Amino acid sequence: MNMMEAPPIGPGNAQVMNRFALTKRLVAKLKDEAVIGGIGNSNFDLWAAGHRPENFYMLGSMGLACPIALGVALAQPKRRVIALEGDGSLLMQVGSLATIAMLKPKNLVIVVLDNRSYQITGGQPTATAAGADLVTMARGAGIAQSAWAADEEMFDEMMARALTQDGPWLIAVRIDDKPGDGATERDPPIITARFMTGIGIKR
Amino acid sequence: MPDQESHAGPAWHEIVCATLKANDVRLVTYVPDNVLKPLINAVHADSYFTAFVTTREEEAVGIVAGAWMAGLRGIVLMQTSGFATLANVLASLPVAFQIPVLLMVSERGVLGEFNLGQAMVARTMRPVLDSLAMVNHTITRFDELEFILDRSIKQAAATRAPACFILSPMLTGGKVFKA
Repeated sequence: MNMMEAPPIGPGNAQVMNRFALTKRLVAKLKDEAVIGGIGNSNFDLWAAGHRPENFYMLGSMGLACPIALGVALAQPKRRVIALEGDGSLLMQVGSLATIAMLKPKNLVIVVLDNRSYQITGGQPTATAAGADLVTMARGAGIAQSAWAADEEMFDEMMARALTQDGPWLIAVRIDDKPGDGATERDPPIITARFMTGIGIKR
Repeated sequence: MPDQESHAGPAWHEIVCATLKANDVRLVTYVPDNVLKPLINAVHADSYFTAFVTTREEEAVGIVAGAWMAGLRGIVLMQTSGFATLANVLASLPVAFQIPVLLMVSERGVLGEFNLGQAMVARTMRPVLDSLAMVNHTITRFDELEFILDRSIKQAAATRAPACFILSPMLTGGKVFKA
């Protein structure tokens, strides 16, 4: 990149967006992709954006959206798999980025929703509030195709590429501190059964 | 004498590999352990298996849970101290969501343990398994290994419940202190 060009997009200059609005934009583009919603607001907004049979909503096991998505991606290499994960959750299982980089699943897309806080437990700041940059960490782990989305339009472009070209991809967005738009129906065995039916494993 | 030394047939890890194959368990995730080394080497050497290391046991459980739901059966290998990191993840993922994640634990902390930390943390393993009502078997003998593994994998899949196999030093020889 030419040094005279505009500075690259980072957590400091990415536009602060809204999780529910972004999730709706994302869901609107999907066909048969599997989506793993991380705990709390990440999957509440996935649910609120309109349930799809290919969605899996986590309850507990904080930090495992990326590992679960990796498992689905390995099992079904022809299907795109998207992990929706918050900054606090990803920090908890940050080693999973190195595992994903090691395996290089072409069909895996990680979307990091960074509100710089543990919103659901009272808004305590995460380490990203102090400057930890999850895209830099992902690149350091070896996920070369990791970047911040400057705004909604750029998010759309990046998702369009991630859904059609070889991954793994990590797309990070800065989001505001709004809570999720409602809450997922908390019924784990039903969530499992619907997901397995949705991705063609169970009748 | 541990069963390993008096046994003339296939090694314990060969029986494990064959039984995993017989049950279509193709994915093996693990955090390394010295006693499990021959099994880890065997699954890496055999193209039937997709085998790789993870950074934490929790992550390995998440990967296997996702893979099971998507039609690929898997097992997580670890040692006792690694199991001790798993209570929350087991309770809230495979147990709550009824996903038959398989665990295989090389048992440390007993029968000649030399590390106090291992001896202490080992005490938490069976109480955690029992309080979660997770099916678990401690395997001490070659002549029981295939039967326990085979039947329990089938039961896990049929009943949609996770299961844990604890490999005793009686079976594997364990890890011994060399003064």
